[in-house]
Amino acid sequence: MWRAELALLFRRTRTQALLGVLALVPIVVASAVRFSGSGPQPGEGPQFLDQLTHNGVFAALVGLTVTLPFFLPLAVAVVAGDAIAGEANLGTLRYLLTRPYGRTRLLVHKGAVLVAFCVIATCVVAIAGIIAGAILFPIGPVTTLSGTTLSLTAGTIRIFAAAAVVGGSLLGLAAIGLFISTLTDAPVGAMAATAGIAVLSGVLDAIPQLHAIHPWLLTHYWLTFGDLLRSPVRWTAITKNLLLQAGYMLVFITAAWARFTTKDVLA
Amino acid sequence: MQTDPMNLAPDATADDTFAIETTGLTKRFAGTAVVDDLNLRVPRGSVFGFLGPNGSGKTTTIRMLLGLVNPSSGSVRLLGRSMPGAANKVLPNVGTLVEGPAFYPWLSGRRNLIRIDAAGSDPQRATRADRVAAALAHVGLSAAAEKRYRAYSLGMRQRLGLAAALLRPRSLLVLDEPTNGMDPQGTREIRNLIRAVAADGATVLLCSHLLNEVEQVCTHAAIITLGRLVAQGPLESLRETTTTRVTVETDDTERAAAVLGRLGLMQIAVTGTLVSAALDSQRPEDCCKALVLADVGVRSFVSRRPSLEDTYVELTGEGFDVAR
Repeated sequence: MWRAELALLFRRTRTQALLGVLALVPIVVASAVRFSGSGPQPGEGPQFLDQLTHNGVFAALVGLTVTLPFFLPLAVAVVAGDAIAGEANLGTLRYLLTRPYGRTRLLVHKGAVLVAFCVIATCVVAIAGIIAGAILFPIGPVTTLSGTTLSLTAGTIRIFAAAAVVGGSLLGLAAIGLFISTLTDAPVGAMAATAGIAVLSGVLDAIPQLHAIHPWLLTHYWLTFGDLLRSPVRWTAITKNLLLQAGYMLVFITAAWARFTTKDVLA
Repeated sequence: MQTDPMNLAPDATADDTFAIETTGLTKRFAGTAVVDDLNLRVPRGSVFGFLGPNGSGKTTTIRMLLGLVNPSSGSVRLLGRSMPGAANKVLPNVGTLVEGPAFYPWLSGRRNLIRIDAAGSDPQRATRADRVAAALAHVGLSAAAEKRYRAYSLGMRQRLGLAAALLRPRSLLVLDEPTNGMDPQGTREIRNLIRAVAADGATVLLCSHLLNEVEQVCTHAAIITLGRLVAQGPLESLRETTTTRVTVETDDTERAAAVLGRLGLMQIAVTGTLVSAALDSQRPEDCCKALVLADVGVRSFVSRRPSLEDTYVELTGEGFDVAR
């Protein structure tokens, strides 16, 4: 049944546009590097950018690095904020609930769609990056951050693992967005609030005096997905990140459930 | 419309007399009782008009009936079962059109119906395409089935809302202003549709401000104002709560008023050449005879049976301003 929910989301022009923009980012970055003449120096620019001229598949990782601070959380905020508030705003919520579509069941399906969207969105970035990189640059065995070499297949698997981890990094934010979405009938407000929380987390993370709370911030471990490109893979930060996201999900999905199953639907 | 007996096995305490039964139903928003101690009884098989001025609590009541809003106190039984507890069992047999249609603008009419049908826990996938096509045909939307909802006119949207309510066999239809925005043909069709649904044994709860529409199709009605029920019952008995008035046109208003007063008529009022009075138990023909015998020059004599509108206005007030 949640497939109907998924179809509803991906049939929507807005969702397609969001994914289109996400796909465009690695393409633009790869094209810029390819046609600017001088390649980036080692250590210059975002994570993995200096590797791009040697191996096109790195465009996927550069894409993930540059979309993670802004575009990906924005896309997640739009979809998550819209989840319940959007139905309320259209008025379809009252018809879904009297269909009847149990409130818990609706929330579970909306949550499942959000998880799918997080993974699909990051995979779109990765796939667009790999395709653009393969067209614009030579591709071949992948040199890890530790200096060892992986076959192209093994390297590509690592890249998709990285995309999955990035998708996982967004789940905490998605849960927060889902909760906010149950608080209001105005989807734009829910989207803005969710995006604002991602920005706020990033700002707090950049203030050294607040280092005590840094490990608990939603965005703190976001860029650690690069550890998947080490040999052997360094799991510490990635595990911490996924546990942290799971914690956020537990808290905010419970809150969303408590709120949504008891609220008066007046929209 | 046939009731599916398998779906509707009444539970031990089920009462088959009423399709909708509320007991002391109350909803307070920020301390104000929007619905106040409502005891609504909608007999099974009736076409029940639910009337009330804007802001009287109709919609909040309907939302409580359907489990969208939690009552502050009191209880709701729908088709013999307690709401919202039995929502999953009861609501598949209830078609609703509440506060206007609502659909996804980026989907076609047909896709919207598929979406809403697929949303429940009883998808009945095998018959879906046929049921959707039949519902669209029923409301005359077959030609616009593939158009996006965004491009629908107000009346077409209303029709699609009705189609959604008719996607499955229903025992109860809750229709809030179903003819809103419709052309005269559409309005007529809706009336016929309500009659057809009722003829098949379903109960219809019809909210409308169009009192003549209610008079045409309803067998029963209730009137709510300021959150309280002020009248309910068969349409005939509702009319009887308002007195019939007679109006005499004459140039001898003084004598006419005196004659009517002697006969025991109440609320005698003289305006210009008109004398009107409320009948108690007197027959209008006797009044007319008495006037003539008393030498009153009667230019015209009218006895007017109260309409539903008279009852409605008497019970809810003349004022144009919303009460709250």
